[in-house]
Amino acid sequence: MIDDQWVGLGYLLSATLFIFGLKRLSHPRTAPRGNQLGAMGMLVAVLTTVLQMELGDGIEGWILIGSGLLLGGLIGWVMAVRVEMTGMPEMVALFNGFGGAASALVALSESWKYIEDDTLEIPTGLELEVMVVAAGLSALVGWMTLTGSLLAMLKLKGGIEIFGKWIRTPTWGPSWLNPVKGLLFISTLVLIYMSIQEPTETDYLFAIIGISCILGILLVLPIGGADMPVVVSLLNSLSGIAAAFTGFIISNSVLIVAGSLVGASGLILTFIMCKAMNRELIDVLFKAFGGSDKEQLTRTKIGSDADEVAMMVDGAQKVIIVPGYGMAVSQCQHQVKEFADLVSEKFDTEVKYAIHPVAGRMPGHMNVLLAEANVPYDQLIEMDEINPEMPEADIALIIGANDTCNPVARTDEGPLAGMPIIDADMARTVVIIKRSLSVGYAGVDNDLFYMDKTMMLFGDGKKMMNELNAAVKEL
Amino acid sequence: MDPTILIGSITLFVMSIFLGFELITKVPATLHTPLMSGANAISGISIVGALLGANVAYEGGDTVVSGILAFVALVLAMINVVGGFAVTNRMLNMIAGKKRGGQ
Repeated sequence: MIDDQWVGLGYLLSATLFIFGLKRLSHPRTAPRGNQLGAMGMLVAVLTTVLQMELGDGIEGWILIGSGLLLGGLIGWVMAVRVEMTGMPEMVALFNGFGGAASALVALSESWKYIEDDTLEIPTGLELEVMVVAAGLSALVGWMTLTGSLLAMLKLKGGIEIFGKWIRTPTWGPSWLNPVKGLLFISTLVLIYMSIQEPTETDYLFAIIGISCILGILLVLPIGGADMPVVVSLLNSLSGIAAAFTGFIISNSVLIVAGSLVGASGLILTFIMCKAMNRELIDVLFKAFGGSDKEQLTRTKIGSDADEVAMMVDGAQKVIIVPGYGMAVSQCQHQVKEFADLVSEKFDTEVKYAIHPVAGRMPGHMNVLLAEANVPYDQLIEMDEINPEMPEADIALIIGANDTCNPVARTDEGPLAGMPIIDADMARTVVIIKRSLSVGYAGVDNDLFYMDKTMMLFGDGKKMMNELNAAVKEL
Repeated sequence: MDPTILIGSITLFVMSIFLGFELITKVPATLHTPLMSGANAISGISIVGALLGANVAYEGGDTVVSGILAFVALVLAMINVVGGFAVTNRMLNMIAGKKRGGQ
Protein backbone atom coordinates (compact mmCIF):
# COMPACT_ATOMS: atom_id res chain seq x y z
CA MET A 1 0.00 0.00 0.00
CA ILE A 2 2.95 2.32 0.66
CA ASP A 3 6.27 2.36 -1.11
CA ASP A 4 9.42 0.69 0.12
CA GLN A 5 11.21 3.96 0.81
CA TRP A 6 8.39 5.07 3.12
CA VAL A 7 8.62 1.77 4.92
CA GLY A 8 12.33 2.33 5.40
CA LEU A 9 11.72 5.84 6.72
CA GLY A 10 8.98 4.60 9.03
CA TYR A 11 11.34 2.02 10.52
CA LEU A 12 14.05 4.66 10.86
CA LEU A 13 11.66 6.90 12.80
CA SER A 14 10.66 3.97 14.97
CA ALA A 15 14.30 3.05 15.71
CA THR A 16 15.08 6.68 16.58
CA LEU A 17 12.17 6.76 19.02
CA PHE A 18 13.49 3.57 20.65
CA ILE A 19 16.93 5.10 21.09
CA PHE A 20 15.59 8.25 22.73
CA GLY A 21 13.16 6.18 24.75
CA LEU A 22 15.88 3.95 26.22
CA LYS A 23 18.12 6.94 26.90
CA ARG A 24 15.40 8.78 28.80
CA LEU A 25 14.33 5.70 30.71
CA SER A 26 17.66 5.75 32.50
CA HIS A 27 17.10 9.14 34.18
CA PRO A 28 14.50 9.58 36.92
CA ARG A 29 13.15 12.88 35.63
CA THR A 30 12.66 11.80 32.03
CA ALA A 31 11.78 8.15 32.56
CA PRO A 32 7.98 8.39 32.05
CA ARG A 33 8.55 10.28 28.80
CA GLY A 34 11.09 7.67 27.74
CA ASN A 35 8.54 4.93 28.17
CA GLN A 36 6.03 6.87 26.08
CA LEU A 37 8.62 7.40 23.33
CA GLY A 38 9.30 3.68 23.28
CA ALA A 39 5.60 2.93 22.99
CA MET A 40 5.30 5.48 20.18
CA GLY A 41 8.21 3.85 18.38
CA MET A 42 6.41 0.54 18.59
CA LEU A 43 3.21 2.08 17.26
CA VAL A 44 5.07 3.58 14.30
CA ALA A 45 6.71 0.22 13.56
CA VAL A 46 3.39 -1.65 13.66
CA LEU A 47 1.56 0.96 11.56
CA THR A 48 4.35 1.03 8.97
CA THR A 49 4.26 -2.74 8.74
CA VAL A 50 0.50 -3.01 8.45
CA LEU A 51 0.35 -0.26 5.81
CA GLN A 52 2.94 -1.93 3.56
CA MET A 53 1.12 -5.24 3.62
CA GLU A 54 -1.13 -6.10 0.76
CA LEU A 55 -3.99 -7.63 2.58
CA GLY A 56 -5.96 -8.08 -0.58
CA ASP A 57 -9.60 -7.43 -1.26
CA GLY A 58 -10.85 -10.11 1.04
CA ILE A 59 -11.51 -9.24 4.63
CA GLU A 60 -9.94 -12.42 6.05
CA GLY A 61 -6.42 -11.00 6.05
CA TRP A 62 -7.52 -8.00 8.07
CA ILE A 63 -9.51 -10.16 10.44
CA LEU A 64 -6.54 -12.43 11.07
CA ILE A 65 -4.13 -9.58 11.75
CA GLY A 66 -6.68 -7.46 13.61
CA SER A 67 -7.85 -10.24 15.89
CA GLY A 68 -4.27 -11.17 16.71
CA LEU A 69 -3.42 -7.60 17.65
CA LEU A 70 -6.63 -7.18 19.62
CA LEU A 71 -6.33 -10.48 21.47
CA GLY A 72 -2.69 -9.96 22.44
CA GLY A 73 -3.25 -6.32 23.32
CA LEU A 74 -6.21 -7.12 25.50
CA ILE A 75 -4.47 -9.92 27.38
CA GLY A 76 -1.34 -7.82 27.89
CA TRP A 77 -3.34 -4.82 29.08
CA VAL A 78 -5.45 -6.79 31.54
CA MET A 79 -2.39 -8.55 32.95
CA ALA A 80 -0.49 -5.28 33.36
CA VAL A 81 -3.36 -3.43 35.01
CA ARG A 82 -4.46 -6.20 37.32
CA VAL A 83 -1.08 -7.32 38.61
CA GLU A 84 -0.35 -6.53 42.23
CA MET A 85 2.73 -4.49 43.07
CA THR A 86 4.28 -7.58 44.64
CA GLY A 87 3.77 -9.56 41.47
CA MET A 88 5.37 -7.05 39.13
CA PRO A 89 8.81 -8.70 38.87
CA GLU A 90 7.21 -12.01 37.93
CA MET A 91 5.14 -10.21 35.33
CA VAL A 92 8.24 -8.69 33.73
CA ALA A 93 9.82 -12.15 33.57
CA LEU A 94 6.68 -13.61 31.99
CA PHE A 95 6.38 -10.86 29.35
CA ASN A 96 10.04 -11.36 28.58
CA GLY A 97 9.47 -15.05 27.98
CA PHE A 98 6.63 -14.23 25.59
CA GLY A 99 8.90 -11.85 23.67
CA GLY A 100 11.56 -14.52 23.25
CA ALA A 101 8.98 -17.08 22.20
CA ALA A 102 7.51 -14.66 19.64
CA SER A 103 10.91 -14.19 17.98
CA ALA A 104 11.54 -17.92 17.92
CA LEU A 105 8.07 -18.60 16.51
CA VAL A 106 8.54 -16.10 13.69
CA ALA A 107 11.80 -17.83 12.82
CA LEU A 108 10.10 -21.22 12.91
CA SER A 109 7.22 -19.96 10.80
CA GLU A 110 9.66 -18.76 8.14
CA SER A 111 11.48 -22.10 8.03
CA TRP A 112 8.27 -24.10 8.10
CA LYS A 113 6.98 -22.43 4.95
CA TYR A 114 9.56 -24.31 2.90
CA ILE A 115 8.77 -27.56 4.61
CA GLU A 116 5.02 -27.58 4.12
CA ASP A 117 4.81 -25.91 0.72
CA ASP A 118 6.70 -27.85 -1.98
CA THR A 119 6.05 -25.20 -4.60
CA LEU A 120 8.16 -22.65 -2.73
CA GLU A 121 11.68 -22.65 -4.05
CA ILE A 122 14.24 -23.20 -1.33
CA PRO A 123 16.82 -20.43 -1.50
CA THR A 124 20.36 -21.42 -2.30
CA GLY A 125 23.88 -20.22 -1.57
CA LEU A 126 24.37 -17.26 0.70
CA GLU A 127 20.66 -16.62 1.19
CA LEU A 128 20.13 -20.16 2.44
CA GLU A 129 23.08 -19.97 4.79
CA VAL A 130 21.96 -16.66 6.25
CA MET A 131 18.42 -17.91 6.69
CA VAL A 132 19.33 -21.20 8.33
CA VAL A 133 21.98 -19.74 10.63
CA ALA A 134 19.79 -16.83 11.69
CA ALA A 135 16.76 -19.07 12.19
CA GLY A 136 18.86 -21.50 14.22
CA LEU A 137 20.35 -18.81 16.45
CA SER A 138 16.97 -17.13 16.86
CA ALA A 139 15.48 -20.47 17.91
CA LEU A 140 18.36 -21.17 20.30
CA VAL A 141 18.12 -17.78 22.04
CA GLY A 142 14.35 -17.43 21.79
CA TRP A 143 13.33 -20.81 23.22
CA MET A 144 16.03 -20.50 25.86
CA THR A 145 14.57 -17.15 26.86
CA LEU A 146 11.08 -18.63 27.08
CA THR A 147 11.87 -21.57 29.36
CA GLY A 148 14.43 -19.59 31.34
CA SER A 149 11.98 -16.75 31.94
CA LEU A 150 9.16 -19.09 32.94
CA LEU A 151 11.41 -20.80 35.47
CA ALA A 152 12.65 -17.42 36.70
CA MET A 153 9.04 -16.35 37.16
CA LEU A 154 8.29 -19.45 39.23
CA LYS A 155 11.44 -18.86 41.26
CA LEU A 156 10.42 -15.29 41.98
CA LYS A 157 7.05 -16.58 43.12
CA GLY A 158 8.85 -19.15 45.24
CA GLY A 159 6.84 -22.08 44.02
CA ILE A 160 3.77 -23.29 42.23
CA GLU A 161 0.43 -24.62 43.40
CA ILE A 162 -0.52 -27.91 41.80
CA PHE A 163 -3.81 -29.50 42.89
CA GLY A 164 -3.82 -27.43 46.03
CA LYS A 165 -0.33 -28.51 46.99
CA TRP A 166 2.41 -25.93 47.22
CA ILE A 167 5.55 -27.07 45.47
CA ARG A 168 8.70 -25.04 46.02
CA THR A 169 10.69 -24.13 42.95
CA PRO A 170 13.81 -26.25 43.16
CA THR A 171 17.32 -24.88 43.00
CA TRP A 172 19.76 -27.47 41.84
CA GLY A 173 23.09 -27.24 40.13
CA PRO A 174 26.03 -29.55 40.76
CA SER A 175 29.30 -28.38 39.25
CA TRP A 176 29.23 -31.03 36.50
CA LEU A 177 26.19 -29.26 35.07
CA ASN A 178 28.31 -26.52 33.51
CA PRO A 179 30.15 -28.80 31.03
CA VAL A 180 26.77 -30.34 30.17
CA LYS A 181 25.43 -26.89 29.33
CA GLY A 182 28.51 -26.25 27.17
CA LEU A 183 28.02 -29.55 25.38
CA LEU A 184 24.36 -28.84 24.68
CA PHE A 185 25.27 -25.39 23.38
CA ILE A 186 27.87 -26.80 20.99
CA SER A 187 25.53 -29.55 19.79
CA THR A 188 22.98 -26.87 18.88
CA LEU A 189 25.60 -25.13 16.76
CA VAL A 190 26.43 -28.44 15.09
CA LEU A 191 22.74 -29.03 14.39
CA ILE A 192 22.48 -25.59 12.82
CA TYR A 193 25.44 -26.43 10.61
CA MET A 194 23.82 -29.72 9.60
CA SER A 195 20.58 -27.88 8.77
CA ILE A 196 22.40 -25.93 6.08
CA GLN A 197 22.98 -29.21 4.25
CA GLU A 198 19.41 -30.36 4.72
CA PRO A 199 17.23 -27.30 5.32
CA THR A 200 13.93 -29.18 5.27
CA GLU A 201 14.95 -31.87 7.77
CA THR A 202 12.41 -31.39 10.56
CA ASP A 203 14.30 -33.65 12.98
CA TYR A 204 17.10 -31.09 13.17
CA LEU A 205 14.59 -28.32 13.75
CA PHE A 206 12.86 -30.11 16.60
CA ALA A 207 16.19 -31.10 18.12
CA ILE A 208 17.33 -27.48 18.13
CA ILE A 209 14.08 -26.37 19.78
CA GLY A 210 14.21 -29.14 22.36
CA ILE A 211 17.84 -28.57 23.33
CA SER A 212 17.30 -24.80 23.55
CA CYS A 213 14.35 -25.29 25.91
CA ILE A 214 16.45 -27.56 28.12
CA LEU A 215 19.33 -25.07 28.05
CA GLY A 216 17.06 -22.28 29.30
CA ILE A 217 15.98 -24.38 32.26
CA LEU A 218 19.50 -25.55 33.05
CA LEU A 219 20.73 -21.95 32.93
CA VAL A 220 18.28 -20.72 35.57
CA LEU A 221 17.90 -23.87 37.69
CA PRO A 222 21.12 -23.49 39.73
CA ILE A 223 20.55 -19.79 40.39
CA GLY A 224 18.53 -18.76 43.35
CA GLY A 225 18.17 -16.22 46.06
CA ALA A 226 18.87 -12.59 45.51
CA ASP A 227 20.41 -13.19 42.09
CA MET A 228 17.13 -13.71 40.26
CA PRO A 229 16.81 -10.03 39.19
CA VAL A 230 20.16 -10.29 37.44
CA VAL A 231 19.00 -13.39 35.61
CA VAL A 232 15.78 -11.73 34.47
CA SER A 233 17.81 -8.77 33.21
CA LEU A 234 20.11 -11.11 31.30
CA LEU A 235 17.15 -12.96 29.79
CA ASN A 236 15.76 -9.58 28.75
CA SER A 237 18.99 -8.91 26.91
CA LEU A 238 18.73 -12.34 25.25
CA SER A 239 15.18 -11.72 24.04
CA GLY A 240 16.50 -8.61 22.29
CA ILE A 241 19.21 -10.64 20.58
CA ALA A 242 16.60 -13.19 19.49
CA ALA A 243 14.59 -10.39 17.85
CA ALA A 244 17.74 -9.18 16.06
CA PHE A 245 18.46 -12.67 14.66
CA THR A 246 14.87 -12.89 13.48
CA GLY A 247 15.50 -9.57 11.72
CA PHE A 248 18.27 -11.22 9.71
CA ILE A 249 15.91 -13.94 8.47
CA ILE A 250 13.39 -11.52 7.05
CA SER A 251 15.96 -8.76 6.26
CA ASN A 252 14.10 -6.26 8.40
CA SER A 253 16.04 -3.24 9.62
CA VAL A 254 13.89 -2.26 12.60
CA LEU A 255 14.04 -5.76 14.07
CA ILE A 256 17.82 -5.77 13.81
CA VAL A 257 18.25 -2.28 15.28
CA ALA A 258 15.72 -2.52 18.11
CA GLY A 259 16.72 -6.07 18.97
CA SER A 260 20.42 -5.39 19.22
CA LEU A 261 19.79 -2.13 21.10
CA VAL A 262 17.88 -4.03 23.76
CA GLY A 263 20.43 -6.82 23.71
CA ALA A 264 23.35 -4.47 24.33
CA SER A 265 21.73 -2.06 26.77
CA GLY A 266 20.15 -4.99 28.62
CA LEU A 267 23.58 -6.52 29.05
CA ILE A 268 24.95 -3.24 30.41
CA LEU A 269 22.02 -3.02 32.83
CA THR A 270 22.79 -6.57 33.93
CA PHE A 271 26.37 -5.55 34.72
CA ILE A 272 25.16 -2.45 36.58
CA MET A 273 22.83 -4.59 38.69
CA CYS A 274 25.60 -7.08 39.40
CA LYS A 275 27.81 -4.24 40.54
CA ALA A 276 25.11 -2.91 42.86
CA MET A 277 25.09 -6.33 44.50
CA ASN A 278 28.86 -6.66 44.47
CA ARG A 279 28.75 -9.82 42.41
CA GLU A 280 30.34 -11.00 39.20
CA LEU A 281 28.06 -12.07 36.36
CA ILE A 282 30.11 -15.21 35.77
CA ASP A 283 29.73 -16.19 39.43
CA VAL A 284 26.01 -15.59 39.29
CA LEU A 285 25.58 -17.75 36.22
CA PHE A 286 27.95 -20.60 36.82
CA LYS A 287 28.49 -20.80 40.54
CA ALA A 288 25.43 -22.20 42.22
CA PHE A 289 24.07 -19.71 44.70
CA GLY A 290 21.71 -20.61 47.48
CA GLY A 291 21.57 -24.03 45.96
CA SER A 292 22.15 -26.22 48.97
CA ASP A 293 19.33 -27.69 50.96
CA LYS A 294 17.71 -25.41 53.46
CA GLU A 295 19.41 -25.51 56.80
CA GLN A 296 17.58 -27.16 59.60
CA LEU A 297 16.76 -24.83 62.44
CA THR A 298 18.10 -25.94 65.78
CA ARG A 299 17.83 -22.71 67.75
CA THR A 300 14.83 -20.94 69.14
CA LYS A 301 14.04 -17.40 70.14
CA ILE A 302 11.29 -16.14 72.37
CA GLY A 303 9.02 -13.62 70.71
CA SER A 304 8.28 -10.18 72.11
CA ASP A 305 4.98 -8.32 71.92
CA ALA A 306 3.97 -4.99 70.48
CA ASP A 307 3.72 -3.21 73.87
CA GLU A 308 7.28 -4.12 74.71
CA VAL A 309 8.52 -2.79 71.40
CA ALA A 310 6.43 0.37 71.74
CA MET A 311 8.16 1.11 75.04
CA MET A 312 11.51 0.74 73.38
CA VAL A 313 10.45 3.12 70.65
CA ASP A 314 9.48 5.71 73.26
CA GLY A 315 12.74 7.45 73.95
CA ALA A 316 14.45 6.37 70.79
CA GLN A 317 16.00 9.26 68.92
CA LYS A 318 16.61 7.52 65.67
CA VAL A 319 14.72 4.65 64.10
CA ILE A 320 15.83 3.08 60.86
CA ILE A 321 13.23 0.99 59.09
CA VAL A 322 14.53 -1.87 56.98
CA PRO A 323 11.80 -3.14 54.67
CA GLY A 324 11.96 -6.45 52.81
CA TYR A 325 9.86 -8.84 50.84
CA GLY A 326 7.62 -9.47 53.85
CA MET A 327 6.42 -5.88 53.66
CA ALA A 328 5.55 -6.39 50.01
CA VAL A 329 3.69 -9.63 50.71
CA SER A 330 1.58 -8.27 53.54
CA GLN A 331 1.12 -4.92 51.76
CA CYS A 332 1.75 -3.07 55.03
CA GLN A 333 3.57 -0.05 53.58
CA HIS A 334 0.72 2.25 54.70
CA GLN A 335 0.97 0.95 58.27
CA VAL A 336 4.72 1.47 58.13
CA LYS A 337 4.22 5.06 57.03
CA GLU A 338 1.66 5.54 59.81
CA PHE A 339 4.18 4.22 62.34
CA ALA A 340 6.83 6.60 61.06
CA ASP A 341 4.44 9.56 61.31
CA LEU A 342 3.32 8.52 64.80
CA VAL A 343 6.76 8.26 66.34
CA SER A 344 8.10 11.37 64.68
CA GLU A 345 5.13 13.38 65.99
CA LYS A 346 4.83 11.80 69.41
CA PHE A 347 8.44 11.26 70.42
CA ASP A 348 10.14 13.56 67.93
CA THR A 349 12.06 10.54 66.65
CA GLU A 350 14.04 10.72 63.44
CA VAL A 351 12.89 8.05 61.00
CA LYS A 352 14.75 6.85 57.95
CA TYR A 353 14.34 3.91 55.60
CA ALA A 354 17.26 1.70 54.63
CA ILE A 355 16.82 0.44 51.10
CA HIS A 356 18.87 -2.57 50.08
CA PRO A 357 19.44 -2.65 46.29
CA VAL A 358 17.75 -6.01 45.96
CA ALA A 359 15.29 -5.89 48.85
CA GLY A 360 12.10 -7.58 47.81
CA ARG A 361 12.48 -9.47 44.59
CA MET A 362 13.65 -6.71 42.25
CA PRO A 363 15.73 -3.57 42.44
CA GLY A 364 13.50 -0.63 43.29
CA HIS A 365 10.74 -2.88 44.65
CA MET A 366 10.73 -1.18 48.05
CA ASN A 367 10.93 2.31 46.56
CA VAL A 368 7.81 1.66 44.54
CA LEU A 369 5.85 0.30 47.50
CA LEU A 370 6.86 3.07 49.89
CA ALA A 371 6.17 5.66 47.22
CA GLU A 372 2.67 4.29 47.03
CA ALA A 373 2.30 5.05 50.75
CA ASN A 374 3.60 8.60 50.18
CA VAL A 375 6.82 8.17 52.10
CA PRO A 376 8.97 11.25 51.37
CA TYR A 377 11.73 10.54 48.86
CA ASP A 378 14.50 11.99 51.02
CA GLN A 379 13.80 9.48 53.80
CA LEU A 380 14.64 6.55 51.54
CA ILE A 381 18.36 6.04 51.95
CA GLU A 382 20.36 3.60 49.86
CA MET A 383 22.42 0.95 51.55
CA ASP A 384 25.88 2.50 51.20
CA GLU A 385 24.73 5.78 52.71
CA ILE A 386 22.69 4.37 55.57
CA ASN A 387 25.20 1.81 56.83
CA PRO A 388 27.53 4.37 58.46
CA GLU A 389 24.49 5.73 60.34
CA MET A 390 23.47 2.34 61.71
CA PRO A 391 25.58 2.44 64.90
CA GLU A 392 23.84 5.71 65.87
CA ALA A 393 20.39 4.20 65.44
CA ASP A 394 18.53 3.30 68.61
CA ILE A 395 16.30 0.89 66.78
CA ALA A 396 16.53 -0.92 63.52
CA LEU A 397 13.01 -2.04 62.63
CA ILE A 398 13.22 -4.88 60.13
CA ILE A 399 9.96 -5.68 58.38
CA GLY A 400 10.04 -8.97 56.56
CA ALA A 401 13.67 -8.73 55.45
CA ASN A 402 16.06 -11.58 56.04
CA ASP A 403 18.94 -12.28 53.64
CA THR A 404 19.55 -8.58 52.96
CA CYS A 405 20.61 -8.06 56.59
CA ASN A 406 22.12 -11.44 57.42
CA PRO A 407 25.53 -10.88 59.02
CA VAL A 408 26.76 -14.21 57.64
CA ALA A 409 27.25 -12.40 54.32
CA ARG A 410 30.33 -10.72 55.83
CA THR A 411 32.03 -14.10 56.15
CA ASP A 412 33.40 -16.12 53.28
CA GLU A 413 31.07 -19.02 53.74
CA GLY A 414 27.74 -20.04 52.39
CA PRO A 415 25.66 -18.84 49.49
CA LEU A 416 25.37 -15.30 50.83
CA ALA A 417 29.13 -14.77 51.14
CA GLY A 418 30.24 -11.42 49.87
CA MET A 419 26.80 -9.97 49.29
CA PRO A 420 26.58 -6.44 50.66
CA ILE A 421 24.06 -6.16 53.48
CA ILE A 422 22.30 -3.56 55.58
CA ASP A 423 24.24 -3.43 58.86
CA ALA A 424 21.09 -3.72 60.96
CA ASP A 425 22.99 -5.69 63.60
CA MET A 426 24.97 -2.52 64.42
CA ALA A 427 21.92 -0.73 65.77
CA ARG A 428 21.44 -0.62 69.56
CA THR A 429 18.23 -2.60 69.40
CA VAL A 430 16.96 -4.69 66.54
CA VAL A 431 13.23 -5.30 66.12
CA ILE A 432 12.26 -7.90 63.54
CA ILE A 433 8.74 -8.44 62.29
CA LYS A 434 8.59 -11.84 60.65
CA ARG A 435 6.21 -14.72 60.54
CA SER A 436 8.68 -17.26 61.85
CA LEU A 437 12.36 -17.97 62.33
CA SER A 438 12.45 -19.77 58.99
CA VAL A 439 15.31 -19.23 56.62
CA GLY A 440 15.17 -16.66 53.87
CA TYR A 441 15.24 -16.94 50.11
CA ALA A 442 18.89 -17.99 50.02
CA GLY A 443 18.20 -20.81 52.46
CA VAL A 444 20.53 -19.87 55.29
CA ASP A 445 19.87 -19.28 58.96
CA ASN A 446 20.20 -15.73 60.24
CA ASP A 447 22.26 -15.08 63.39
CA LEU A 448 20.60 -11.71 63.70
CA PHE A 449 17.41 -13.34 65.01
CA TYR A 450 19.20 -14.86 67.97
CA MET A 451 21.17 -11.87 69.21
CA ASP A 452 20.38 -10.65 72.71
CA LYS A 453 19.47 -7.20 71.54
CA THR A 454 17.02 -8.55 69.00
CA MET A 455 13.28 -8.50 69.65
CA MET A 456 11.20 -10.72 67.41
CA LEU A 457 7.60 -9.86 66.63
CA PHE A 458 6.24 -13.06 65.13
CA GLY A 459 3.35 -12.47 62.76
CA ASP A 460 2.10 -11.09 59.50
CA GLY A 461 3.59 -7.69 58.68
CA LYS A 462 0.28 -5.86 58.48
CA LYS A 463 -1.12 -7.36 61.66
CA MET A 464 2.02 -6.69 63.68
CA MET A 465 2.37 -3.11 62.38
CA ASN A 466 -1.25 -2.43 63.34
CA GLU A 467 -0.63 -3.79 66.82
CA LEU A 468 2.55 -1.78 67.12
CA ASN A 469 0.81 1.41 65.99
CA ALA A 470 -1.99 0.83 68.50
CA ALA A 471 0.53 0.26 71.28
CA VAL A 472 2.43 3.42 70.41
CA LYS A 473 -0.81 5.44 70.43
CA GLU A 474 -1.67 4.13 73.89
CA LEU A 475 1.60 5.19 75.45
CA MET B 1 20.76 -12.86 -1.93
CA ASP B 2 22.79 -9.84 -2.80
CA PRO B 3 25.80 -9.90 -0.45
CA THR B 4 25.53 -6.12 0.00
CA ILE B 5 22.17 -6.58 1.75
CA LEU B 6 23.76 -9.00 4.18
CA ILE B 7 26.69 -6.65 4.78
CA GLY B 8 24.20 -3.83 5.34
CA SER B 9 22.32 -5.90 7.90
CA ILE B 10 25.51 -6.87 9.71
CA THR B 11 26.60 -3.23 9.76
CA LEU B 12 23.28 -2.23 11.32
CA PHE B 13 23.61 -5.04 13.85
CA VAL B 14 27.13 -4.15 14.94
CA MET B 15 26.47 -0.39 15.07
CA SER B 16 23.29 -0.87 17.11
CA ILE B 17 25.15 -3.10 19.56
CA PHE B 18 27.75 -0.37 20.06
CA LEU B 19 25.05 2.27 20.42
CA GLY B 20 23.24 0.11 22.97
CA PHE B 21 26.43 -0.24 25.01
CA GLU B 22 26.92 3.52 25.06
CA LEU B 23 23.28 4.41 25.66
CA ILE B 24 23.07 3.22 29.24
CA THR B 25 25.84 4.37 31.52
CA LYS B 26 24.57 5.15 34.98
CA VAL B 27 21.18 4.12 36.22
CA PRO B 28 19.93 4.71 39.78
CA ALA B 29 18.75 1.51 41.49
CA THR B 30 15.18 2.81 41.54
CA LEU B 31 15.07 2.70 37.77
CA HIS B 32 16.62 -0.74 37.28
CA THR B 33 13.30 -2.54 37.15
CA PRO B 34 11.41 0.05 35.02
CA LEU B 35 14.32 0.24 32.56
CA MET B 36 14.43 -3.53 32.29
CA SER B 37 10.69 -3.65 31.79
CA GLY B 38 10.70 -0.86 29.19
CA ALA B 39 13.56 -2.43 27.24
CA ASN B 40 11.72 -5.72 27.43
CA ALA B 41 8.65 -4.12 25.83
CA ILE B 42 10.87 -2.85 23.01
CA SER B 43 12.20 -6.36 22.41
CA GLY B 44 8.62 -7.20 21.46
CA ILE B 45 9.58 -5.65 18.12
CA SER B 46 9.42 -9.15 16.69
CA ILE B 47 5.73 -8.25 16.36
CA VAL B 48 6.76 -6.75 13.00
CA GLY B 49 8.06 -10.13 11.87
CA ALA B 50 4.95 -11.83 13.18
CA LEU B 51 2.68 -9.45 11.26
CA LEU B 52 4.57 -10.03 8.01
CA GLY B 53 4.67 -13.78 8.61
CA ALA B 54 0.97 -14.04 9.40
CA ASN B 55 0.13 -12.13 6.23
CA VAL B 56 2.43 -13.99 3.85
CA ALA B 57 1.35 -17.31 5.25
CA TYR B 58 -2.27 -16.34 4.78
CA GLU B 59 -1.74 -15.42 1.14
CA GLY B 60 0.17 -18.58 0.41
CA GLY B 61 -2.78 -20.82 1.04
CA ASP B 62 -0.65 -23.93 1.31
CA THR B 63 1.14 -22.75 4.43
CA VAL B 64 -1.41 -23.20 7.19
CA VAL B 65 1.03 -24.27 9.90
CA SER B 66 3.33 -21.33 9.19
CA GLY B 67 0.32 -19.06 9.43
CA ILE B 68 -0.73 -20.48 12.78
CA LEU B 69 2.81 -20.20 14.13
CA ALA B 70 3.01 -16.57 13.03
CA PHE B 71 -0.40 -15.85 14.53
CA VAL B 72 0.64 -17.27 17.90
CA ALA B 73 3.83 -15.19 17.64
CA LEU B 74 1.69 -12.14 16.91
CA VAL B 75 -0.43 -12.65 20.02
CA LEU B 76 2.57 -13.31 22.27
CA ALA B 77 4.50 -10.32 20.91
CA MET B 78 1.48 -8.07 21.38
CA ILE B 79 1.12 -9.23 25.01
CA ASN B 80 4.80 -8.44 25.49
CA VAL B 81 4.49 -4.99 23.91
CA VAL B 82 1.24 -3.74 25.43
CA GLY B 83 1.75 -5.39 28.81
CA GLY B 84 5.38 -4.29 28.95
CA PHE B 85 4.75 -0.61 28.28
CA ALA B 86 1.68 -0.54 30.54
CA VAL B 87 3.46 -2.17 33.48
CA THR B 88 6.45 0.16 33.06
CA ASN B 89 4.10 3.11 33.03
CA ARG B 90 2.51 1.95 36.27
CA MET B 91 5.88 1.59 37.97
CA LEU B 92 7.07 5.00 36.81
CA ASN B 93 3.85 6.68 37.94
CA MET B 94 4.47 5.39 41.43
CA ILE B 95 8.03 6.64 41.45
CA ALA B 96 6.83 10.03 40.24
CA GLY B 97 4.20 10.02 42.99
CA LYS B 98 6.96 9.52 45.50
CA LYS B 99 8.68 12.71 44.49
CA ARG B 100 5.52 14.73 44.75
CA GLY B 101 5.12 13.32 48.25
CA GLY B 102 8.59 14.60 49.10
CA GLN B 103 7.84 18.20 48.33
